[in-house]
Amino acid sequence: MTQALAFLYNPHRFMAFSAWAAPLFGALALALAAAGLWLGFAAPEDYQQGDTVRIMFIHVPAAWLGLFVYVCLGGASFLSLVFRQALADAAARAAAPIGAVFTALALATGSLWGKPMWGAWWVWDARLTSVLVLFLFYLAYMALRAAIDDEAKGARAAAILALVGLVNVPIVHWSVEWWNTLHQGRTVFAAGGSRAATVFLVPLLLMSLSYMSAFGALWLVRIRGEVWRRRAAAAEARLAR
Amino acid sequence: MSAAFRLLRREMAIAWGRGGGLLVTGGFFAGATLLLPLASGPEPERLAQIAPGAAWTVLALSALLGLERLFERDFEDGALDLMAHAGLPLEFTCALKCLGHWLATGAPLAFLAPVAAIALGASPALAPLLFACALAGGLAFAFTGGIGAALSLGARRGGLLTAVIVLPLFVPPVIFGGGALDAFTSGLPWRAGFALLCAYAAAAVALGPLAMAAACRNALS
Repeated sequence: MTQALAFLYNPHRFMAFSAWAAPLFGALALALAAAGLWLGFAAPEDYQQGDTVRIMFIHVPAAWLGLFVYVCLGGASFLSLVFRQALADAAARAAAPIGAVFTALALATGSLWGKPMWGAWWVWDARLTSVLVLFLFYLAYMALRAAIDDEAKGARAAAILALVGLVNVPIVHWSVEWWNTLHQGRTVFAAGGSRAATVFLVPLLLMSLSYMSAFGALWLVRIRGEVWRRRAAAAEARLAR
Repeated sequence: MSAAFRLLRREMAIAWGRGGGLLVTGGFFAGATLLLPLASGPEPERLAQIAPGAAWTVLALSALLGLERLFERDFEDGALDLMAHAGLPLEFTCALKCLGHWLATGAPLAFLAPVAAIALGASPALAPLLFACALAGGLAFAFTGGIGAALSLGARRGGLLTAVIVLPLFVPPVIFGGGALDAFTSGLPWRAGFALLCAYAAAAVALGPLAMAAACRNALS
């Protein structure tokens, strides 16, 4: 793991690696999404939820990814703060909007699912609330970064905030057990094996892998963009001198 | 030790004196509490139901008020630079600043919160728990709020940014305190929520200064 990271710290090697890895992840995401959606629509209707159970295949992976991207953001912020790695900071900056979109997608599809199932667009359940808080953390991160003119200072302040917000991630994860109210508890990773039927589990896992690859592709593309932006800024500064 | 004590006295004097101190936070607290019955109607039964939660929410919002002044002024006139190079560790200085801020504004609000809740129709039996929640919660608000205040040093529109950063951090203490108050009103065991609130406050006091000092060093660099 550390060797792989050390390999990628070098921007030249990173650019060479991401040039073929990003399209590969993108193609993988499309293929997995096609298979996952096909199996998802072929799956039988749930005996209680009917057709709406299919919302799960886009809702649950989005919620997982919202959390996962935040952990990536926190990890990259840690690397940039402690080891002063410029590429890690580019990665943190690139991850934030993607994670915000995944979290917003989870909130929106959850709301569409909640209306037929619970009879309300939104309920103030602990888990919904903590996903909303996660979204607010993304917004605060991006707002702080945008508000500080000095780029290096803004990057470090945002990294500190990301690490502070990382405290929130376990709260999101275990909130189901803490204040178990309306949202269903753990199903897939429940103690003693999964409680979901295989016909639903396979498309769900395919869709999760697809989301994961899509995140990998988008993240790499955005980091590449950030590297190009910095190179352009450096070239501009050289010219102005 | 005397340096620490003097710093604490200075911070309290600033929080009390300059810019109105308690008058401003207390006035905001009273005004925001007043708006609630005006907005939702004066029926006593309905007001009594939401009274503890309303007082608790207004308390959290009042805690945002003085945060802007916590580091900004010292940052601008160079005092923060001197503090960073003084004998005391910057972490300790930040903790003292937050403690002074809490003693001058947060702790007095703990006396006002039960009064506001009772005025809205909450049972007087709730007063001791609300007082204790407001004390512990105020400590958590001051120390997490300090993180936001330190992070937005040198940012454009720092005050507004502080609120955006800090409000998500206020969520756990608000949930724990609100849960304890709600359980107490409905006669359920309330100790768990209160204990979690105290635990959050203790964690904020222990870890917050590290983040604040890192943010101050970054802003001063």
